[in-house]
Amino acid sequence: MSPSPVVEVVDLVKRYAGRTAVDGLSFRVEAGQVTAVLGPNGAGKTTTLETCEGYRRPDSGKVRVLGRDPQRDARELRARVGVMLQAGGVYPSVNAVEMLRHVASLYAHPLEVAGLVERLGLGATGRTPYRRLSGGQQQRLSLAMAVVGRPELVFLDEPTAGLDPQARRATWDLVEEMRRDGVTVVLSTHHMDEAERLADHVVVVDHGRVVAAGSPAELTADGAGGAGDRLRFTARPGLDLASLAAAVPAASRVEEVSPGRYAVHGRVDAHLLADVTAWCAARDVMPEGLSVGHRTLEDVFLELTGTELRS
Amino acid sequence: MSTAGEPSSFVPRPGAAPVQSMLLAQAALEVRMVLRNGEQLLLTLVVPALVLVVFGTVELMDLGGRSERMGYLVPGVLALAVISTAFTGLAIGTGFERRYGALKRLGSTPLPRGALLAAKGLAVLSVEALQVVLVCGLGITLGWEPQGSALGSSLAALVLILAGTAAFASLGLLMAGTLRAEATLAAANLVYLLLLISGGIAVPLDRFPDALRPALELLPAGALAEGLRAVLRDGAGLPLSALLVLAAWATGAGLLAARTFRWE
Repeated sequence: MSPSPVVEVVDLVKRYAGRTAVDGLSFRVEAGQVTAVLGPNGAGKTTTLETCEGYRRPDSGKVRVLGRDPQRDARELRARVGVMLQAGGVYPSVNAVEMLRHVASLYAHPLEVAGLVERLGLGATGRTPYRRLSGGQQQRLSLAMAVVGRPELVFLDEPTAGLDPQARRATWDLVEEMRRDGVTVVLSTHHMDEAERLADHVVVVDHGRVVAAGSPAELTADGAGGAGDRLRFTARPGLDLASLAAAVPAASRVEEVSPGRYAVHGRVDAHLLADVTAWCAARDVMPEGLSVGHRTLEDVFLELTGTELRS
Repeated sequence: MSTAGEPSSFVPRPGAAPVQSMLLAQAALEVRMVLRNGEQLLLTLVVPALVLVVFGTVELMDLGGRSERMGYLVPGVLALAVISTAFTGLAIGTGFERRYGALKRLGSTPLPRGALLAAKGLAVLSVEALQVVLVCGLGITLGWEPQGSALGSSLAALVLILAGTAAFASLGLLMAGTLRAEATLAAANLVYLLLLISGGIAVPLDRFPDALRPALELLPAGALAEGLRAVLRDGAGLPLSALLVLAAWATGAGLLAARTFRWE
């Protein structure tokens, strides 16, 4: 852990017309890491990122980016920080390559535009104006604009929202490559798999507060949230939980996490597995996606907030 | 530009381009966007030319003989050209740039806001130069005979056009920076139409009721048109009262725009 973090947010509070969007939020971003700010829509992710980017002034609390104040030292930071907004950010009548070339021309040592265009599959967009590009193409252009100036730090606000699986993977590859090349990445997402796959450090946010933070392994480690091993499966909603509880050892706890998704907490071993599958077989229930062991970030989120991450 | 042998490397190498090259790139982009926008071009180039040709060749109003009529119309149409580019075009364009988040996004690039505004100014002036050439050329073809010394009148007209551009651009940015893009679109076109028929552009101010005239002369459209008329038709020097009216509008609207402009 380096002594001076690349991003430091301490007790950030931001209100809009009486509504508190960010409510005493704190986290650190270490150099060269990928940090994911994970939370449901409306959790305060965008407000937090936009405060770091210098767009919003904190109502209270402290925000430091590369050791600087995003408001006071905006001029210096703009050359060093790349930004991907959640939506928009391009002139409606300008085409993708033209816009990317233009943004590149504002930096001293930009990436080669043609290579970036090809990498992100924007070559085929030709002269199509921005307003007529597909959502995914707009998204990829926005990502390219964030990285073209060769920043040391990038903020990506939901970089894969609305992307098809292939484009999503291309974005992931790009983020991984940036990390390999020493770029610090802060991204927001409401996709667990994205955070688990990409992030060195995950900050779980709900209702404008940090509810948990750590590496994906730390967060999903057994016992981190007080829960032990577990067995999970999906089946039709509304199975008789009392009957299932009677079929497994008394120390186990049975719950329907959300309609059709079941979890058995406690000591998970071959006997428990046999009990559960026997109980299912007796009722002609097929336990789909049966798995044992580690929790996922989704489980962690559910435990911490009582709500589902993806609505 | 990128590390040798590794063309797609993301290894950080941050830095802003020199301000003058950012300014030039931004101005070039702004000009391209204006020239690419068909409806806008219709408004900025075709409508003033059409007003000149129709009012100049058809006897809709008694404006005197052909030379007299052109002497009246050309300064008014030059003012209309300034309004269409510096006010209507700039307001609508900027309103939609705001709506699409383009201004917000550029705000996190190294491009300073002053350079962004200067680039917009350069783009407006480039289009106006095109309009002046078109309107004057068309006017001369239709029998216009500008008065006064060529150099003196040109300089005085240039000062008025710059002051008018500052006034109308400030008003346009005031509108674009506060209203929704759709509201700006509607309001900017409506104001354009109102100024076209009321401000001494095509219809002489002395055709309006006496009570209304002083107010119309204090409007930037009336001031610009009458000022250009004094210079180009009457051969007068720089009309200070018109210049003062335009400067007052530019200052007032400019300050208000700077205070109220919302970038997103």
